[in-house]
Amino acid sequence: MATEKRQEPVLPKLKKSKIKKEVLWAYLFIAPTVLGLLVFYMFPAMASFALSFTKWNGISTAEYVGLDNIITLLNDKSFIRSVINTVVFTIISVPLSVIFALVISLLLNQRVKGMVIYRTLYFLPVVTMPVAVGMVWKWLYNTEYGLINYILGLFGLPQPSWLFNPSISLIAVILVYVWMTIGNNVILLLAGLQGIDKMYYEAAQIDGASKIKQFFNITLPLITPTLFFVFITGMISSLQVFDLIYIMIGDSNALLEPLRTVVFGVYETGFKYSQMGMASAQAFLLFLAILAVTIIQFVFQKKWVHYDG
Amino acid sequence: MKLKIGNHVLLIFGAFIMIVPFLWMVSTSLKTFGESMQVPPTIFPKEWKFENYAEVFESVNFIKYYINTIILTLGRTIAQLFLCSMAAFAFARLRFPFKNTIFIAILSVLMVPPQVILIPNYAILTQLGWIDTFYALIVPGMFSAFGVFLLRQFFMGIPKELDEAATMDGCSLFGIYWRIILPNSTPALIALGIFTILAAWNDFLWPLVMTSSENMRVLSVGIAAFQGQYSTDYPLLMAGAVLSTIPMLIMFIFFQKHLISGIALQGVRR
Repeated sequence: MATEKRQEPVLPKLKKSKIKKEVLWAYLFIAPTVLGLLVFYMFPAMASFALSFTKWNGISTAEYVGLDNIITLLNDKSFIRSVINTVVFTIISVPLSVIFALVISLLLNQRVKGMVIYRTLYFLPVVTMPVAVGMVWKWLYNTEYGLINYILGLFGLPQPSWLFNPSISLIAVILVYVWMTIGNNVILLLAGLQGIDKMYYEAAQIDGASKIKQFFNITLPLITPTLFFVFITGMISSLQVFDLIYIMIGDSNALLEPLRTVVFGVYETGFKYSQMGMASAQAFLLFLAILAVTIIQFVFQKKWVHYDG
Repeated sequence: MKLKIGNHVLLIFGAFIMIVPFLWMVSTSLKTFGESMQVPPTIFPKEWKFENYAEVFESVNFIKYYINTIILTLGRTIAQLFLCSMAAFAFARLRFPFKNTIFIAILSVLMVPPQVILIPNYAILTQLGWIDTFYALIVPGMFSAFGVFLLRQFFMGIPKELDEAATMDGCSLFGIYWRIILPNSTPALIALGIFTILAAWNDFLWPLVMTSSENMRVLSVGIAAFQGQYSTDYPLLMAGAVLSTIPMLIMFIFFQKHLISGIALQGVRR
């Protein structure tokens, strides 16, 4: 409104009606999206915060209980376990995925023959339905008839029951997650690598810098912005892992404990036990955790991300 | 030279690990139940049992799952392409009060993880009487802050001279959106389209929670339930997995250039 008033003396009459028309069109264009996002995203996000302080089964009126949910959760072994699992999952899976992806994209960046074919193969798991991925890997991990244990047997190695042994089941699922996410990181890192000016390498070669020196002094610093992006988006999605756990372990299983993630807890508490208030509290704590991780990364980035060049 | 051979060995080994689960999925899907339980396992099926695929369709209502998934995917994708591009056009080209405030509010939606809004949405959709209907599967997925942002960035790159020339020729604002902006942004629209199709097709938690009857199951929920019923019949399960992933794999092979440049675009823009 204020801007319109300021423009009034400068603009002739005809133009004023044009501006009004433009404003009207603009609101028409954004109205559906703004309304939709308000109703199905912004309002629910705020409601989730409010529900965290209530006891609610989803049907009756929600009852305000203050910090009870949070206190209960902090004393709940199962919830604490789910937080630890989620953190471990993220801390192991994201760096593994990024390191493998970095090696692959460095190799692909050498103008290798068949680059497109390699890229396609590495990317296939990314477009595959996670539920199907979980099913296939559950079969590969099968203790008696699985391909993995068969191959291990050929080399005389131990054949663990991957998904039923609580001390390795988390690692087993992490490896699948890494397999699923490498392709995406390869594409991003490859784009970052291809954006580096060849000039730098030519100069380095004239100076007689070795390949290893070139990597640490040119390549690595110049792709830190891409690495930063890959780390942040990777961590955000791995903190939300659900599909794989649901499919590979199942939703009513004592074996779940070593694998229960926070999102799994939200699903179970909210939709199996109908404790919507408690589930909202879990979801909201997850949101805070994701926010914290993101902020920490952004603060920390000044130490290692270079935006020049 | 030695280095180059070493590179290929590493890359082939990696590619092998990527592709083997797919080959194993297909191979198992063609075996008899007995053969799938054989030790040592056979790499190629001794007798190719294509009937497994027919059996999937007979034992559960797989056709229905397919149709439901296609309706969900098309509904969300077509709506997003229109709604996001309209909003993006307004943010990229038009002047209106509170433009920046509204845009920042939209961007803030990007930070909210989908699980956080799951429970309140369940309540909202219950109030609307939409649970277990296509409305619940499609309507909330029609809006995307990410889509608005992606398209706005692209629209800003289209030269303004094109709009001005069109205005001179008497083109309305809607005409500029429809005849100048949209035809000039096919790469971005295709990229958003593919992202949306993939996310919709593979979506699991949302349809799992928002539908309950067998009639409303989508493929992901369908094969998960299928696994519950036939937990050890791996040939059948793998046939189901092949059937539900094939459409996306084919789409990826055809549109991979667009998808890959779309993904790369996000990273470069940081």
